[in-house]
Amino acid sequence: MSSPSAEARFRYILRLADTSLILGQRLGEWVGHAPALEEDLGLANIALDLIGQARLLLAYAGEIEGRGRDEDALAFLRDAPEFRNVSLAEQPNCDFGQTIVRQALLDAWQLGLYEALVGSADARLGEIAAKAVKETRYHLRFSAGWLVRLGDGTAESHARVAQGLEALWRFTDELLAPDALDEEMAAAGIAPSPDALRLRWEERIGAVLEEAKLERPAASPYPWHGKRGVHTEHLGHMLGEMQHLPRTFPDAAW
Amino acid sequence: MYTQALDSPAPEARPGSSGGQAALERRFEERIERDEKIEPKDWMPDAYRQTLIRQISQHAHSEIVGMLPEGNWITRAPSLRRKAVLIAKVQDEGGHGMYLYSAAETLGIARAELLEQLLDGRAKYSSIFNYPTLTWADVGAIGWLVDGAAIMNQIPICRCSYGPYARAMVRICKEESFHQRQGFEIMLALARGTGEQRAMAQDALNRWWWPSIMMFGPSDATSTHTAQSMRWRIKRFTNDELRQKFIDVTVPQAEFLGLKIPDPALRRDEISQHYLTGPIDWSEFKAVLQGNGPCNHERLQARRTAHEAGRWVREAAAAYAAKHGGRGAQPRSAAHIASPRAEAPCHE
Repeated sequence: MSSPSAEARFRYILRLADTSLILGQRLGEWVGHAPALEEDLGLANIALDLIGQARLLLAYAGEIEGRGRDEDALAFLRDAPEFRNVSLAEQPNCDFGQTIVRQALLDAWQLGLYEALVGSADARLGEIAAKAVKETRYHLRFSAGWLVRLGDGTAESHARVAQGLEALWRFTDELLAPDALDEEMAAAGIAPSPDALRLRWEERIGAVLEEAKLERPAASPYPWHGKRGVHTEHLGHMLGEMQHLPRTFPDAAW
Repeated sequence: MYTQALDSPAPEARPGSSGGQAALERRFEERIERDEKIEPKDWMPDAYRQTLIRQISQHAHSEIVGMLPEGNWITRAPSLRRKAVLIAKVQDEGGHGMYLYSAAETLGIARAELLEQLLDGRAKYSSIFNYPTLTWADVGAIGWLVDGAAIMNQIPICRCSYGPYARAMVRICKEESFHQRQGFEIMLALARGTGEQRAMAQDALNRWWWPSIMMFGPSDATSTHTAQSMRWRIKRFTNDELRQKFIDVTVPQAEFLGLKIPDPALRRDEISQHYLTGPIDWSEFKAVLQGNGPCNHERLQARRTAHEAGRWVREAAAAYAAKHGGRGAQPRSAAHIASPRAEAPCHE
C-alpha cells in the first residue's frame, strides 16, 4: 500500500469536512422557517450533526496540515476556491422539496462513505466516521422519508420534488466519479473503493426514488468540480455571510 | 422564554359561582388550597381553564417566535462552537414550544387552532421578541438577560397548580438555565475581548436592559389580574417581586462584566438591600404590545410566510398518510433504516 502525502490527506479530509460544513450552514438557514415545528427541529438537528462532523474533521485536517490552522481558521479564513466541498452541498435551499432532494442525495452518499470509512487505514478518520455514520443513518431516514411522502403525496408535491430532482441531478456525478485524489486514497485503504461507493449510492437512491414514484433524471455530462475548488456562484455568497464577523474583526476571539 | 401576559386571564372568563357548580368550585378551591395538582381530567372552573390555555399558548408562541431573533445569527455565528451552541439553543426553544403546545392541548384545544390564533394576530407572544438582533452581542444579551428574566418567571411555574404545565416547566427551566449561562459566557468573551467587542457588548446591554425588565409585565399597582392568578396558584409571585429579584441578581453580573447598566438613577438601597431603578417607560411597553415595536411586523410575517410556504408540504404528508393507512404511515425508505435515536423529531 502506498502512503499518501500529508498534503494529499489534508485535501481529502477537507472534502469531507467542507461538505458537512457547507450543507450544515445551508440547513441552518431553515431554522425558524420550516413547514412545521417538527421539521424545524429535524432540520436543526441535522444541521447540528453536520457542523459537529465538520468540527472534528477540520480540526484533524488542521493537525495533518501542521501550519497551526484550527477548525475556525479553516472554516472562516479560507476563500471559496480553497473550499473542497462537493458542489451539491452549496446549492440553495429553494423550497422544502428541493432541500429534501439535496439532503437525500447527499445523505445516501455520506452514509456509504462513512460506513466504509469506519474501517479506514486512518484510525482517526475511522473514529470520526463511527460517530458520523450513526448520525447520517438518521439523516437519510428523515430525508428519504420526506422524499417519499412528497413524491407520493399530492400532484403539487410530486411536481415540486420532480423539479428539484431535475435541477440537482447534474451535481450527482461529482459524488460518484473518482478523481486522482479519490483513487490515491482508495488505493491506500484510507477511502472506500469508488465502485463500491457508487453501488451503495445507486441502490439506496434507486429504492427511494422508486418508492417516491419519481423518475431518475437522465445523466448530465457537465463535470462539476467543487471538490477540486471550482465551485458554483452560490458558495461565495454563503461564505460572505458565514465569515463576515471573523474577517471584520481579525484580532477578536469569540 | 416567557410571555409577559402571565397575569391576564381571558376577558370572557371570569370565575362564576352560579347553580350546582358551587360545590364543584368549592372542592376545586380546596384542592388548590392543599397544593394538589389539577390534572387534565379533573373538574376545573372554565375561567381557570381559559386562563391556562391563554397563558400556556402565549408561552408556546413566545418560544416559537423567539426562535427568529436568535435564528437570525445562526448563519453568522463567529466560530463553529458558537454556531453549534446557537443551533442547539434555538432547537431547544422549538422543543419548548412543542411541550407547551402539548400541555395546552390537555386543556381541550388543538395546536392547529392555537397556531391560527397566533397567525391571525389574536394571540400574543412575549414582546421582547419584537426587538431586533443587530449584532452578535445581542445573541449573548438575549441569553443573559432575556433567558435570565425568563428563568425568574418560570421557576415558580414549576410549582403551578396545573400538573401538565408544571411538569413541562421543570424540563424547560433546566434548559433555560443552560441558555442563560451560555449567553453570559458570550458576553464575558466580548467583555474580555477587543475594544470593538466591548463596545458591541455595551451597546447590546443598552438596548436590551429596559425591554428585559419590562418582561415581567406591568407593575403590581396597575396589574389587575395578578390576584386571581395567585389565588389559583398559577402565579406565585407578583410582577414587581420577580422584577426586583432579577435586577438584584443582574446588576452585579453587569459589574463583573465591566458593563454599565443604562440607568443613571440606578442605586443600591442600603436599608432594603435592593437595587432601585429609575422609572420604567411603560409607554414603550404598551406600544410594542399593541403591535408597534421595531419587529412586530417582521416576526409575524416570518411565521405567516413559513406557514403558507409549508402548506403544500403538510398537505402532501396528509395525502401520503391517507393513501398508506393513516397518520402512522411510514415510508419503507424511512422504516428500513434503523434509527439509533430514541426520539426522531419528524412526523413518524
